[in-house]
Parts: sequence; C-alpha cells; structure tokens
Amino acid sequence: MSADFWLGVGVTAGVYAIFVLGLQINVGFTGLLNLGQAGFMGIGAYAMGMLVTDAGWSIWAAMPVAVLVAIGAGLLVGLPSLRLRSDYFAIATIAFAEIVRYTLQNANFAGGNQGIIGFDQAWRDVADGLLNWLDRFGLGGYTQLPLFVAVWVAFGLCLAGLKLLQASPWGRVLRAIREDETAAAALGKNVLVYKLQSLGIAAALAALAGFFLSLNVTYLYPSEFDPTFTFLGYAILVLGGFASYGGVAVGAILLWAVIEGLRFLHLPLSDGQMGALRFVLIGLVLILLGMLRPQGLLGRKAEMQFSQ
Amino acid sequence: MSLTALVLAAVVGPVAAGQATLNGLVAAGYFALGAVGLTLVFGVLRLVNFAHGDMLTFGTYVTLGVTALGLPFWPAAAVGVVATAVLAVLLDRLIWEPLRRARTSTLQLFLAATGLAIVLRYGVQFFATGQVRSVGLDTTSSVDIGPWHLGTLQLAVMLIGLVTIVLAGLGLRYTRLGKEMRAVSDNIALAEVSGIDTRRTIRITWLAAGGLAGLAGILYAAAIGSINPNFGFTILLSLFAAAILGGIGNAYGALAGGIVIGLAQEWSTLFFNPRWKPAVGFAILILTLLLLPRGIMGRGKARA
Repeated sequence: MSADFWLGVGVTAGVYAIFVLGLQINVGFTGLLNLGQAGFMGIGAYAMGMLVTDAGWSIWAAMPVAVLVAIGAGLLVGLPSLRLRSDYFAIATIAFAEIVRYTLQNANFAGGNQGIIGFDQAWRDVADGLLNWLDRFGLGGYTQLPLFVAVWVAFGLCLAGLKLLQASPWGRVLRAIREDETAAAALGKNVLVYKLQSLGIAAALAALAGFFLSLNVTYLYPSEFDPTFTFLGYAILVLGGFASYGGVAVGAILLWAVIEGLRFLHLPLSDGQMGALRFVLIGLVLILLGMLRPQGLLGRKAEMQFSQ
Repeated sequence: MSLTALVLAAVVGPVAAGQATLNGLVAAGYFALGAVGLTLVFGVLRLVNFAHGDMLTFGTYVTLGVTALGLPFWPAAAVGVVATAVLAVLLDRLIWEPLRRARTSTLQLFLAATGLAIVLRYGVQFFATGQVRSVGLDTTSSVDIGPWHLGTLQLAVMLIGLVTIVLAGLGLRYTRLGKEMRAVSDNIALAEVSGIDTRRTIRITWLAAGGLAGLAGILYAAAIGSINPNFGFTILLSLFAAAILGGIGNAYGALAGGIVIGLAQEWSTLFFNPRWKPAVGFAILILTLLLLPRGIMGRGKARA
C-alpha cells in the first residue's frame, strides 16, 4: 500500500484524537461520563455544512460559528442533565446523541439520508495550493498530506491549550470535582458551572473533529455520527491512558494502525467477516482494559479517583 | 393509559385509535420483557448494562441459526431463550462477578459493558453478516377482530408477550425467588444480612434477565419480520426509557414502563410520520430524567 493510504489512516486517527481530547477533559479530568460526544460532533459539522450550502457563508466564517453552536448545545444538554446521578447523565447524553442523529436523518432541513455535499470547495482550493507548493519538493503526489498536516497541527494546538488549562487553578478545580465533588463544593466552587465549562469545551472539540471528518469524507450524512464513534473514542481514551491528554494521540494512532493494519493479514475470511472481526477485537480490548488496567496503557493508577 | 386511549378514540376515531393500541400492545411485550431484565441487572451491577440490547440480538440469531438446521421457528425460539440465559450467567462468571468483587468504578463497568456489547454485536455479524435478514415466517396471514386488523404473527407475539409479562410479574411478587431477586436488586447488602444467598440469587437474576432478553428479541424479530445485527442496540435506548420511566431497579415499574413506551410509540403514529417512532422513546426518556428522575414507581435517589 502507498504512503497515501497511511496518510489517510493518519487523518482518521487525527480526527478521532481531537474528538477524544474532549472526552478526556470530561471523563479523565472532570469525572463526567459523556456519551453524547458524537451528537455534538454532528451538530457542529452540520451547522458548518448548512451555513455554507444553505446560507452561502464562507467555510472559514462558518467554522467558528458552528463551534459556538456546538458549545450552545453542550450547555443546553448539560444544564438539566448534569444535575443527575452520573449513570443517568450517561444515558441522558447518549439519548441526546441519538435524537440528533434521528433528527438529521428525518428532518427536512438537513438533507436526510442523502446528506449534504458541496461545502468544501474553499478548503479544496487551499489544499490544491498546498499540493502545488509541495510539488516543488516532490511531495505533490500525496493528496492526503494537506489534510493530514492540518488535522495534526490542530490537534497540537488543542493539546497545548488543554495542557495550559489543566495546569492552571481552573484545571485543578476540575480534578478536585472528579475526586470529591462535595469537598470541591464545600470550598466554595460552583461545581455545576465547572462541569458545564468542561462539557462546553468537549463540545467545541467535537465540532472541530466534525469539520475535519467532513472535509475528509467530503460529504455529511447522519450515520457518520452514530454512537459507535463515541464508543471507539472511549477505546482510544483507555488505550492511551486515563487522564492523559498526550496519551490520546498514542491511543488514536495505535487503534487505527491496528484496525487498518489487520487488512494486510490475509485470513481466509470475507471482507465483511474481517470488518466484524476488527470490532470484536476492539471490544475484547475494552473488556480486558476495563477489568485489568482501566487507567490505560500510559495512564497512572493514582488518577483513578472518583467522587461517589 | 386507558384514559389516554379514550381521549385518542375521541380525537382520531375509535377504529384508528384501537388499531394503534393493538399495535402498541404488540410492541409492549418486547419492550417490557427487555426492560425488566435491564432493571433487575441494574440492581446487581449498579450500572445500566450497555450490552443488554445485544443480548436480544444474540438470542434472536441463535434462534435463526437453529431454524437453519431445520427446526421450526417456535421450538428454535426456546433454544434461543435458553442459550441467552446461559450466556448471561456465563458472562457474570467471567466478567461481572470479578468486577463486583473488586468494587470497581462506574468507568470500569462502563468500559466492560461497552466492550461486551461490541463483541456480541460484531460476533453475531461475523457469523450472520450485517445484512438485513428475513425471519422466514409467514407474514401474510392476518386476523380481523371487529373493525381491527392484526397479523397472525403479531397476535401471537402480543399474546406471548402479555402472558409472559403477567407471569413475570406474578413470579416476582409471590415466589420466594422473585422476592429474593427484588431484594437483591434493591439493596445487596441488606439482602445479604437478611440471610439471602446473594451469589445464588444474582446468578438466577442473570438467568432470568438473559432468558427474557432473548425472548424479547425473538418477539421483536417475529413482529417486525426482518432484522439486522444492530437491532438490539437500536432498541436499547427504548429499553432504558422503559426501565427509567418505571423507576430503575423496580421490576414492576419496568414492565409497566415497557407497556407505556410500546403504546406511546404506536399512538404517536396517529399524529406524526411513523419514522419518528423511535424518537418518542427518546423523548420520554429525556422528559422522565428531567421531570421525574425516580420514575413512576421508583424510590431511589436519582440526583447527584
């Protein structure tokens, strides 16, 4: 297989990595079991797509507005559901994500199962320009390279920002909430506000991941945003390590390298069976990590403290 | 509910309302039987079991596999139910009991449950492909009850479902085992000091939850006529809705909640396009969580 194939895998891994950064701030640092991340991603990506194709906006103006829309959705979902017990919160968020997907599938405004196309021309012009320039170094043939660079630069910026936030007093409060909510509240911290901020940041990161996902597949359709995306995100989270932002990149690359690498294993199975087998393996890894090493490969056991 | 039915009859006419109610009672069976297992297991696991929906899938595909060997559908269904019950107990031994003993966090339980859900779903897909597959039953024959119309299969599903709901309810209410199961689901520590053999009861709870899940899946497949390996996961949220509506951990509540969800989804088709049917379950789920988080019969604490 060509280098372009692996660059494509790298793009997918990068999209997941940005997505999982959001899960990490929720699960790893705030103790929120957010299962609605794919829903926030869908809202962000569709908001961007619809602002471009329906309202005629430039994609560069649509992206920041779509991030705000996703954050708004995060606050709207969080405000009532964060008052619930943690397992109920998990169910409320997955129900939210399914409502988003059903709405995108069935509502008249979102293109239904046909989806949305034709929002990415401005990006493709930029990518072509980049490829022309890369051609001078003999790299013009790698069509996936511009998106690959864009995704991982975006990931690096998000990673740096989150690390700064986490080292700040604000980040320490998040951790305190994860470990003992009552104690944090007793110190005068408004727990709900901090949780909302955590959820809002996760929604923004989901939207960003959604932009790259839609630029990669070049169209938007509802099943891209089904809950499996979130569950794979959790697999990446524990693979890389609980409460480790850097680990997210490791987890994402590892998971996708294994998933795509299995293609080269020539087993006497049909394509469908190979596809199913890959997911069975991911499921087994999740069960084993959950039972034996929930802090993940790079995570620290000391971080595994939750408010009861 | 009967009041709602009367109001509906007045608004859309008795024929349409009655037809939707009949269809709703067909769906009520598989929602209620799926939800009662989910709710009983919640008490044991302290986590909503994300793999429960895929137990429905498992039981149904075992049934289809056995029919492929030549057995008729309903005897094969019995094999499917038993297989799912046995699988549930086996999984308890392999996964849940060790996790229970280690007093693990919600995150660990969630990871294991999600992983198991994926293994079951794609394991089924490995053997049966991801394609939509017909159950292979006669879906054309039907019966007329006055002005109402119901497929013979749907009628069978409705009767089996309702009879099993009543049996499950009576069993939970009056048998010693049923009382023990409710006690363990309600409060394991308290059940233990009351002299209940909790390990044995937990095993039997899984057996019952698994068997009922298998039956629920088979009834769903028979009522709809065709399925794919994702179907259990897709109706899992409706099962959550039923369990939470009934007050999570409360077995009667789950049975009642399942009936409400089944009826509500079918009644919604009188006013909205049927493609929105699953969204009705989600809406009930969200509204219950926001307005009545303990459910209609629950006593537990739902807020943090």
